[in-house]
Amino acid sequence: MQYILPLWPAYPEIFLLAMACVILIADLFLREENRGVTYLLTQLTLSGCALLTWFADHGEPVHTFSGMFVGDLMSDVLKLITYFGVITILVYARDYITLRGMFRGEFFTLTLFATLGLMVMISANHLLTLYLGLELLSLSLYAMVALQRDSSMATEAAMKYFVLGALASGMLLYGMSMIYGATGSLEITRIASVIADDGAKNVVLVFGLVFLVAGIGFKLGAAPFHMWLPDVYHGAPTAVTLFIGSVPKLAAFAFVIRLLVQGLGVEEIQGHWQQMLAVMAVLSLIVGNITAIAQTNLKRMLAYSTISHMGFLLIGILAGGLNGYASSMFYVVVYVLMSLGAFGMILLLSRHGFEAENLDDFKGLNQRSPWYAFLMLLLMFSMAGVPPTVGFYAKFAVLQAIVEAGHIWLAVVAVIFSLVGAFYYLRIVKLMYFDDAVDTAPIAPRADMQALLSVNGLAVLAFGIFPQPLLALCASSILASL
Amino acid sequence: MYSLKLLSLAIWIPIGFGVLVLATGSDRNAHAARVIALIGAVLGFLITLPIYSGFSTTLGGFQYVEKLEWIEALNVNYHLGLDGISLLLVLLNSFTTVLVVIAGWEIIQKRVAQYMASFLILSGVMNGVFCALDALLFYVFFEATLIPMFIIIGIWGGPRRVYASIKFFLYTLLGSLLSLVALIYLYFASGGSFSLLDFYDTPLTLAVQVFIFFAFFMAFAVKVPMWPVHTWLPDAHVEAPTGGSVVLAAIMLKLGGYGFLRLSLPIVPDASHALAGFMIFLSLVAVVYIGLVALVQTDMKKLIAYSSISHMGFVTLGLFIFNAQGMEGAVIQMISHGFVSGALFLCVGVLYDRMHTREIGDYGGVVNTMPVFAAFFMLFAMANAGLPGTSGFVGEFTVILGAMQANFWYAFLAATTLIFGAAYTLWMYKRVIFGAVANKHVAELKDINLREFVVLGVLAVVVLVMGVWPQPFAELIHTSVSDILSHVMHSKLPQQ
Repeated sequence: MQYILPLWPAYPEIFLLAMACVILIADLFLREENRGVTYLLTQLTLSGCALLTWFADHGEPVHTFSGMFVGDLMSDVLKLITYFGVITILVYARDYITLRGMFRGEFFTLTLFATLGLMVMISANHLLTLYLGLELLSLSLYAMVALQRDSSMATEAAMKYFVLGALASGMLLYGMSMIYGATGSLEITRIASVIADDGAKNVVLVFGLVFLVAGIGFKLGAAPFHMWLPDVYHGAPTAVTLFIGSVPKLAAFAFVIRLLVQGLGVEEIQGHWQQMLAVMAVLSLIVGNITAIAQTNLKRMLAYSTISHMGFLLIGILAGGLNGYASSMFYVVVYVLMSLGAFGMILLLSRHGFEAENLDDFKGLNQRSPWYAFLMLLLMFSMAGVPPTVGFYAKFAVLQAIVEAGHIWLAVVAVIFSLVGAFYYLRIVKLMYFDDAVDTAPIAPRADMQALLSVNGLAVLAFGIFPQPLLALCASSILASL
Repeated sequence: MYSLKLLSLAIWIPIGFGVLVLATGSDRNAHAARVIALIGAVLGFLITLPIYSGFSTTLGGFQYVEKLEWIEALNVNYHLGLDGISLLLVLLNSFTTVLVVIAGWEIIQKRVAQYMASFLILSGVMNGVFCALDALLFYVFFEATLIPMFIIIGIWGGPRRVYASIKFFLYTLLGSLLSLVALIYLYFASGGSFSLLDFYDTPLTLAVQVFIFFAFFMAFAVKVPMWPVHTWLPDAHVEAPTGGSVVLAAIMLKLGGYGFLRLSLPIVPDASHALAGFMIFLSLVAVVYIGLVALVQTDMKKLIAYSSISHMGFVTLGLFIFNAQGMEGAVIQMISHGFVSGALFLCVGVLYDRMHTREIGDYGGVVNTMPVFAAFFMLFAMANAGLPGTSGFVGEFTVILGAMQANFWYAFLAATTLIFGAAYTLWMYKRVIFGAVANKHVAELKDINLREFVVLGVLAVVVLVMGVWPQPFAELIHTSVSDILSHVMHSKLPQQ
């Protein structure tokens, strides 16, 4: 037993918290025209976290804070991707929020706190830590959605998000209390060992599990708990949608792995949650893909597409085994890459007083800018899962895992609905390439956004041609952490 | 000698040049785009010549094999190799690409760089399909062909191009996605390998084989296309620009036939035997019924599209009667159809560029104003009808001979195409070319220019050579066909 806490596994979190407070205060003394300093400090903070995480050595999982916090390879990888995701988000969002009067200290500190919430969730080894991280994330996001105070749509979205989010949190807490009652512990590794010793015949345990899975469904945005997703995606300022739609899924994935796999992964219980996930996965695929066809608003369409992607993610998890979890992790990483690009593209086309969020705003993009049209083409084909883009390997890895697990029918369902999904992604390509431009305003983003968006789009192709490094990374981090 | 990775070059040279062409950007540099595209296409064709000359017709198995680790996590390799059948298709593909680039030279004025690049990339990717020996690599190339063709039909196509392109994409995607599930199943059944060669030796029960057969069937039958999943083809052909139709008919349809040959037959031989009757039935329906449908078309492109389906019926018929003649005939038919249908679509393109209509009724008496063109068109129409001395005859005749060994009635029904094919092709020819000059537009027509003469002339030579002296083509595929037949004749049911 160590009497001095090893703090180093949590250095990135501590650093981020300290810097968030510093930025909060420093921002008070900055004049409006120097707001760029806040932006720069935020980016530096995230880069600092990345360095700290990069150099942390997590060969073996390390527990600290009396087993409430864990640092392992999976958490490192997910956190690093989170930092890069948030850095990218800030670069993409900069022009957009400047033009809409949101380029203020609040935006950056809230972003940092939300990021902290993500990191805590990723590293949680205790139900309370998990909940703490989740609430930190959610509360920051509620505020960020409502940041445009004059917009009635944003306020409505924030309200809806808050009410449903609180409901989901309540369910989670209720489920957690049941688990506590059944096992006598809140620590995830202890829960697992208690269940392993006593068996899983406890009805209370299964009862709690139902609430946990429902809560997870809410947070992931999987059907039938998906109702908030389209409204929030649509109502929130696109810069915030970009955040909500991308990096939190990484933490949600960690959440599922920690809670269901590490905590409740005993075979008998696994059977229970696998069934529930299977239902959610199939429903998500159906609802997401079919409803997306009817959308004319790109943000809503991407919301439904997210739902269907979560269906795929769940299929990977319920396939089980290292292979299944690794494929799921690969899927979520790829999803983040794609959704960053897709929302980035909406931000690119938006300008002062104009939100390029309708499908028609993408008409004739090939005439306006062949390069961005090409990037968007890559992103859309990747989302549809057409080779040689990385989206194909994400779907392929999941399908491979589920076939290995013996559920071929799920693979067939997934395949059929990704065909349905291909239609609405194709429609965007059709608008960009086959139709004439309506909007002819020049597209002139900042150089850093231009570069990053290009890298983002090309990464979809590059990882599609050489998927091995990313696949191997996911496989090894799952292997090292379970 | 094998130090030069010829197959990789055949795949990546066109793709590389395609990217280069894209880099020339807007239409201000259209001329540069055309020149670079032509250089790329010609280089792509030249690189296939040493492959041809260095290919040994007596060795069985695959030649020019390249194998690199690609995705170790899934044991997927960049595994390429070539047998006689692939070689012919690679040659056909690279050759057609040159013609298509030349054929689109002045005709395409809008977004030239993207047009040329799409064809080059498509050509490289299709070479990839024909050379892949790893199932996942095959699948990736197979699917990747959809993107350029989708763009080609959608941007440069006719009035209903959007409908046609989306129909084309979704139809073919549905089929191939199901085959992906089958491939993943085979990956586990073969003990964790995606190599086609390993799949060939994997024992499978009949029930499993039947499922896999149908999954592959969905992918390849849609591509061929076989009746009743052919309905995307007339739409796609009618709306596609001339170059798109040529590539679609000449090469993309062959992906389906090639898929049956390379995957279905050797991997699930017992299911292929069990379902041969079904396949032959569908093939004969295509030959007879679609031939009749072609007879009543009023749009030239649609007529040729239906005639394509009918001719591809011969390919599937030849494959599923399981004798050497049938299979060789099927392969020859694929190649010959590539030249003939490509040439016919180019002929229609020549007329369309001048008159902007494809309706047979708008023409008449073209021979009076375009005599040289009429001569070429005559030759290709005859080839399409299967006249002896042209390439069309060789393939069809060999398949009919093979069918005769299997069952007289198969051969009888297949042979009706010699009547129907002649009827619809020559009747169309008569209405368009002969008679009095129909209207003043026809009277103003100018005969083909040098560029068109070169394109059609080269094709005419190939069609005649192949018709008179098919020996070199048959020799190339002889060993490969018997390899595949030996797989098909060897039951893979697990030993009790």
